[in-house]
Amino acid sequence: MKKLISLKVNGKLYEVAVSPNQTLVDFLRNELDLIGTKKGCEVGDCGTCTVLMDGRPVNSCLVLAVQANGREIQTIEGLESPEGLHPIQKAFVDKGAIQCGFCTPGMILTAKSLLEKNPTPDRDEIRKAISGNLCRCTGYQKIVDAIEAASAEMSKRQ
Amino acid sequence: MTKYSVINQRAPRLDAPDKATGRARYVDDLKLPGMLYGAILHSPLPHAKILNIDTSKAERLVGVKAIVTAKEAPRVKYGVSPARYDETLFCVDKVRYIGDEVAAVAAVDLETAQEALSLIKVDYEELPGVFTIEEAIAEGAPILHEEFPRNICAEVHQEFGDVEAAFKECDYIRTDKFINKRQESGALEPHGCVADYDPWGNLTLYTSTQTPHYVMRTVAMVLGIPVGKVRVVKPYVGGGFGSKAEATPAEMSAALLSKMTGKPVKLIYSREEVFLHGRSRHQFIHEMTTGVKKDGTLLALKHSCYLDGGAYTSFGIATVYYAGSMLGGPYKLPNMKYDGYRVYTNKPACGAQRGHGAVAARALFEQQLDIIADELGIDPIDFRLKNVMSRGDITCNELNMSSLGMKECIEAVKNGSEWTKKKGKLPRGKGIGMACGFFVSGAGYPIYRSDTYHSTATIKLSEDGGTVNLYTGSAEIGQGSDTVLAMIAAEALGVRLEDVKVHSGDTEYGVDLGAYSSRQTLMSGHAVKEAAEAARKQVIETVADELGLNPDEIDIKEGRVIFKREEVDFTPIRQSYVREHRGWTDHPQEPYLTFKEAARLAYLRRGIIVGTGKYKPPKLGGSFKGAAVGTSPAYGCSAEVVEVSVDLETGKVTIDDMTDAHDCGFAINRTSVEGQMEGSLSMGLGEALFEEVKFGSDGKILNPNLSEYKIPTSLDVPDIKTIIVESNEPNGPFGAKEVGEGAIMPTIPAILNAVYDAVGERIFELPLVPERVYMAIKKRRQKGE
Repeated sequence: MKKLISLKVNGKLYEVAVSPNQTLVDFLRNELDLIGTKKGCEVGDCGTCTVLMDGRPVNSCLVLAVQANGREIQTIEGLESPEGLHPIQKAFVDKGAIQCGFCTPGMILTAKSLLEKNPTPDRDEIRKAISGNLCRCTGYQKIVDAIEAASAEMSKRQ
Repeated sequence: MTKYSVINQRAPRLDAPDKATGRARYVDDLKLPGMLYGAILHSPLPHAKILNIDTSKAERLVGVKAIVTAKEAPRVKYGVSPARYDETLFCVDKVRYIGDEVAAVAAVDLETAQEALSLIKVDYEELPGVFTIEEAIAEGAPILHEEFPRNICAEVHQEFGDVEAAFKECDYIRTDKFINKRQESGALEPHGCVADYDPWGNLTLYTSTQTPHYVMRTVAMVLGIPVGKVRVVKPYVGGGFGSKAEATPAEMSAALLSKMTGKPVKLIYSREEVFLHGRSRHQFIHEMTTGVKKDGTLLALKHSCYLDGGAYTSFGIATVYYAGSMLGGPYKLPNMKYDGYRVYTNKPACGAQRGHGAVAARALFEQQLDIIADELGIDPIDFRLKNVMSRGDITCNELNMSSLGMKECIEAVKNGSEWTKKKGKLPRGKGIGMACGFFVSGAGYPIYRSDTYHSTATIKLSEDGGTVNLYTGSAEIGQGSDTVLAMIAAEALGVRLEDVKVHSGDTEYGVDLGAYSSRQTLMSGHAVKEAAEAARKQVIETVADELGLNPDEIDIKEGRVIFKREEVDFTPIRQSYVREHRGWTDHPQEPYLTFKEAARLAYLRRGIIVGTGKYKPPKLGGSFKGAAVGTSPAYGCSAEVVEVSVDLETGKVTIDDMTDAHDCGFAINRTSVEGQMEGSLSMGLGEALFEEVKFGSDGKILNPNLSEYKIPTSLDVPDIKTIIVESNEPNGPFGAKEVGEGAIMPTIPAILNAVYDAVGERIFELPLVPERVYMAIKKRRQKGE
């Protein structure tokens, strides 16, 4: 038995019937073709499937699509604007924070949530915020650099 | 300001915008019309005879499209090294580890495929198994592969110089033993593929691999398809670190199921399957006896090593050789004896991982050097500097250090860290340590014996002259090779980086052995440079012909044609270009002739301009058995200083500071060089402190997930100070050599040396979990500190 849910994804409203056991990550990837959300472990260990639910980062492999009923979801695809890359995306590109890129969407969304709560975090606060998002390639340093740079850029704009 | 306009800079990576926006497509993001989903049935037992397989129930399940076992599948033996092809796609008569592949299913969706697996009934007759090296080599132990008595999969016996004679001249000799644990690559993207076999016998295999070329050959061999009909396409890959350097059962199963059903088949490993089939780093047991003169001159090393290989060979022959050969440098060591044994056990097979075979050996040797320095009363840095090799030195096992900035790296970390201020002066609980290491810039020989080129490349200019298309079979797996190769192409051709479009990771774009042994910057780089130079030559010659000049009088740089002679009138070329592009709004206005106009002219005069390049190393190394493993056209090297804090009440180790200097010959993309260093150190940190694949007594992995198998988080790794050393490698393109693996070499021993400095007791077993460190602290206390 499918269940009817309505939710907003990247600002767009959807009313859809979903299986009660379908995870949010599978819903986003398979039903909406939002393949930017990655699946690294499917049990909430790695953080690659991080999306923002009502502004808070969640592992979308641990959330059922039905639990997203009435919520607002933001995925990596929702960050760009007509002006181009979001400052966090741009900083990740410029600072060399991206290697294989598999952790990148989740990492960027976690960073976005951090900077909304704390616009000028120090490096320790950044490291703490992204500690649920694993990265095997970079050693995290250039990711921390990028989030710092994005914070500076975003503060300047305001 | 260097003489170069593109390379040696900090270039944002070409693939980064796609990856930052979620546009980048990895294999699990591909969906083909009519695609089926595959799944593999694993053995639940570590060692058992297969008596019968009954698939009838599974076949009747609605939605199941094909089931395959060893009965239907080819039984062609394969593996990595032809000397040890010991695997079949599905187990024929017995299973050898929990996870061994018994059958595969294709169904309309993954749930159905998994349900079908549960309906396959396999009757086993359980056999006794062996789960440790000791058990495996014991007299009368159960045998995994009949051809290999005592379960010895491969053994190596080498001696260079005369170790026993040298020991007689030594003033100080010591022996130590060291053991690491099996380690997982932890690449965040699980292995997977989509196979698409068409009715005309062509297979297209989209797969998450480091080595499209080897996958193509293995799949072709096992499935009996001509190589020319197998196309391997690598989409974006979410990390490899060695675990994706060989053909997988997923690829062969999906290809076979696609052939059987006439539909594309997707097969993606779960995280648990990655642990089962991902080919982790081996467990090594090293014993080293090292002898020196009173003045610190290193004279001899007697070394033995046992590797717990798991059920199949994979890269294991190379691994057991590397575990010995990579101690030949970076110190002058005239006498070296090595006995290595790789042993089969009833566990998942191990293969290559970053710093292939050499990481644990380096971890013991560099600790031993510190112990010896201490005994002799010499500073560990001075001790290393006394023995270090330099450019042009050849190791006792005939590895040629054609460039080697080892001394410069050591000095750089000494000056770049607080070594002088802190060494020997820190309170208990704080420690500082250092170590060195080196690694190949590409294996000197292919995995299979062959005269093949290691890399070929093609540069094709677009007909309008504005885009440089680079075609290469090389594999971008996250390390940044697409950008590095584009930079090399742009520099060699004389265009801007943004003019180059890279087409890579496809076996139809050229031959390239792939992303392993840190080979692509040097080897693929050579081929790309040659291809770019060939295209450039044609453009220059055309312009010279057209204007009645000598080609020597023309140069191309940063997208402009430079005439060395004054007053060259190129207006006819420009007029012709403008005439051919009536209505276009981007006519060249520059006061100079652009590359685009020149390349357009070349097309008009000669047809599509294509430049090709190729690379194969010269004959390298000695003629003794196994001499090939460890050879390379060049070697990168690293030195590292690490500072730690150890909680003396709990044994918890915190890494406070890391300084690494790496000689990469010449940095093509400085940002990526640092990225490789930072990533290597982070990986080494995890291996040193907490990474361990754990097994139950039945050979079952107890922690096949990323919560209990811990890789470093952002809270475990400190900010790392990276120092790039450039020694200008004569055998590298523009002087470049490796950075991907050399930088992991010193990490583990530098941490071990720092922990010793902090607690006063040596630890010869990894990982440095609190319990193990605490026991060392306790031992030290009992000795009466």
